[in-house]
Formats: sequence, structure tokens, C-alpha cells
Amino acid sequence: MKLTLHVWRQKNAEDRGRMVRYEVPGVNEHMSFLEMLDMLNERLTEKGEDPIAFDHDCREGICGMCGMMINGKAHGGFKGTTVCQLHMRHFKDGDELYLEPWRAAAFPVVKDLAVDRSAFDRIIAAGGFISVPTGSPPDGNAIPVPKEDADLAMDAAACIGCGACVAACPNAAAALFVGAKISHLAHLPQGQPERKRRALAMVRQMNREGFANCSNIGECEAACPKQIKLEVIAQTNERPETVSGGVG
Amino acid sequence: MSAAANLPLAQLRFWETTIGKKAIMAVTGFILFGFVVGHLLGNLQIYLPPEKINHYSEALRSVPVLLWGARITLLVSVCLHIWASFALWMLQRAARPIPYVKKSNVHSTYASRTMMWSGPIILAFVIFHLLHFTFGVVHPGGPFDEHNVYNNVVTGFQFWPASLFYIIAMILLCYHLYHGLWSMFQSLGYSHPVYTPWIQRIAKVVAILIAVGYISIPVSVLAGFIKPV
Repeated sequence: MKLTLHVWRQKNAEDRGRMVRYEVPGVNEHMSFLEMLDMLNERLTEKGEDPIAFDHDCREGICGMCGMMINGKAHGGFKGTTVCQLHMRHFKDGDELYLEPWRAAAFPVVKDLAVDRSAFDRIIAAGGFISVPTGSPPDGNAIPVPKEDADLAMDAAACIGCGACVAACPNAAAALFVGAKISHLAHLPQGQPERKRRALAMVRQMNREGFANCSNIGECEAACPKQIKLEVIAQTNERPETVSGGVG
Repeated sequence: MSAAANLPLAQLRFWETTIGKKAIMAVTGFILFGFVVGHLLGNLQIYLPPEKINHYSEALRSVPVLLWGARITLLVSVCLHIWASFALWMLQRAARPIPYVKKSNVHSTYASRTMMWSGPIILAFVIFHLLHFTFGVVHPGGPFDEHNVYNNVVTGFQFWPASLFYIIAMILLCYHLYHGLWSMFQSLGYSHPVYTPWIQRIAKVVAILIAVGYISIPVSVLAGFIKPV
């Protein structure tokens, strides 16, 4: 099949950037979206042009590196799918696609479709961890966790930090990401000693990075390739420690 | 970046965070919702004989402490609601300086995306509404008599542009309440896989009932069901 792509091209962080149109014939329906871009990049390289920069790593939907807006939808808008797991069979001959990077003040464009998501790392560094003595792994089931809590923690832990929630949110809020991390650790016994400080520090860092507020719109939940639920945001909101100001 | 960003954790107060501001919006929004319901129940007495609503109006004004207590509570709620929404709106504008060339909304409702439009228009309406029916300063339909609420309402609405503005504002209020009513639960930390969808459905029904209740009054006046005495 033949596609027409409009791709955001931006040389570096300082460049203003613009949309560039590419005709892409010979797309195979079995290709992944990123393989289609690889093919286009090979052609661009052969012509002596600069290939399109985009982030990717595992290409099996679990690392959280890839991600771009396809026709205004994060990862292309298919349920529970990262862009690397999106296959060209979902598109048809003659389709016109707009590819743009995640847009947020907190996610500056590095080049083309690649953005800098260090803001997420700084939020994690602020409190999204548990402090434990390192050493050999603890025995399985040494700390019993009720099944319901384990399930909820696991659902939240599925977050791969890709940034689709921020990209899809009209406010560029990171509430789903932060909520997932807070909810993940708050449901486990290991997360209890630091839960108060963690929630407050992560929320403060989220504000510090320039992510705006959640307005309960739900675009993040729809865009999340790991289908994290809005409930994790309510969990951030309900924690008295996030709103009390005191740090225990 | 919000003002909260550089404070030490121990000094961080809840209203300085985005989460705290949303909690303020939820609580003040609930107070204002309470007023919207109470005011509607009072207004619906327009369908009873004229002296009913006039007596009701007198009764409301008979205890100044309660009247001013309610007015001050509402005024403080409105101010906090607007302050928090404006502060958050400024953050939102700064959070995405470069817009998308193409953006599709997959899940969100029209109501949720237009809160920052419906809100200020409702505010403009409330100011007009106070001048129209409370102070009587702008009352183009006829003479304003402080002691005859019934006639003020009927003659006020017989001036059709005032009715039209009223109807438009109530439709916007319906949208604003639909998102606001369920959203306040989420902002205060209540979310449930089973109950939240029900809260959303109930919010929609309540918002529509409130809008229909209010809109019925100017429509009844314009249709001639309610006549001045």
C-alpha cells in the first residue's frame, strides 16, 4: 500500500521545526509502524537526506521508549497498543497520516519525533521508589500480600512510562503516570513506610516540571497502552498525605 | 511552574499543589451546586399562586444573619472556585506551548473540555441575573418592585432577549454540572469501577433536570402560561 505521511521535522531543540510531507509506496501490511518508518528512513538515507529520528528500543511493547502522535492520537489510538506493536494492516492504501512528537513543555523535542522524558525520571527520583537494603533477593512470599492488593499494585505497575498520558491530555498533565506510581507502591507493604513523603514529593516534582493539573477528562486512560485506569489518579487525590502538607 | 514547586516538602500547603486546587474546586463546586438546587426549588414556586413566592422571598430576607451568612458563603465559594480554576488554567496554558497540528479527542466529553468556556459565561450570566432580579438595576421588562418577586420574574422574562440569555446560560450550566458533579468525586479521591459510571449517569440526569427546571420558567412566561398580576 501507499501512504502519505506528514512528519514533524526538527533538527534540534533550538530549531523551530515544521511538518514535511513524504510519499511512502510499497508498505507491507505485516510491517509494524516503526518498520514502516525504518523503510522510509532507509530510502531517505539512500537519497542523502537526514532520516527521521524517533525513539524505540524493545519493539515488543514493554519498554516504554517508543511513542508518537498518529493523526492526533497517542500511539495511534488503538486499545492497549504501543506504536511498535501497531501493524500496518490497520491502515489502508492512500491513508494520510500526521506524525507528531509528544507535545508538552515538560517534554522538549530532542529531534523530530524524539522527546526528552527526563521529567518522568526526576519524578521517580523524587519519591517513586522504596528504600531497602540491597543484597540477595528476598524469599518469595516472605511478606504476604493480599491478592486484591497485589492485583491493584500490578495493574498500576504495568505503567511503562511512555508518556502517552501526557501527550493525550489537553492539559499535558502527568496525573496518570504519577498516580500509577503512587498507587503501585501504596498497595504494597514495602511501600508503606515512605508513602506520605513519596506522594507529596512526587506531586511537588510533577508541579515543578510544569505538568498542569488533571481535569478528569479521561483522554489519558484511553491513550494508555497499558490501560492504567483513572482510579489511580483518584488514589493520588485521596491520600491525605498529598494534601496535608506535613511529612512524616 | 506553580508557586509550590520550590517549597520544602514540610512547608508545602495543599492549596499550592495542583491536587489541592482541584480539591478546592470540588468543595466550592459542591457548595455552589447546593445553591443551584435550593434556588431552583425556591423558583419553582412561581407555578403556585403569586403570594407564595412573594412570601418565600420575604421569609428569606427576614433573618439577615442567615441571608448574609449564605451570601458570604456563596461569594467566598465563587471567588475560590474562580481563583483555583484560573490558576490551573494558567498552568495548562504553559504546559503545552506548542499545540498539535492534528489532535483528536478519543474519550473525553464535550462538557469536560469546555469547562473553561461554560464557567466564565455562567459567571457573566450570574452578574446580569443579580442586576436583573436581585438589585433590579437592569430590568428592561417593566418596573421593578422589591416586594413583588412574582411580577419581577414575569415581566423580566417577557423581555425575550433576557429569557434567551437565561436559557443559554442554563444549557451551559447543564454541561458544567454534568462534568463537575462526577468530577468532584474523582478530585476528592473517590473512584470505583462500578459506582463511578453510576455517578456519571446520575450527574447527567441531575444536570439535565436542573436545566429543564430552570428553563421551564422563562418558557412558561413567554408561552403565556404565567401572567403578571
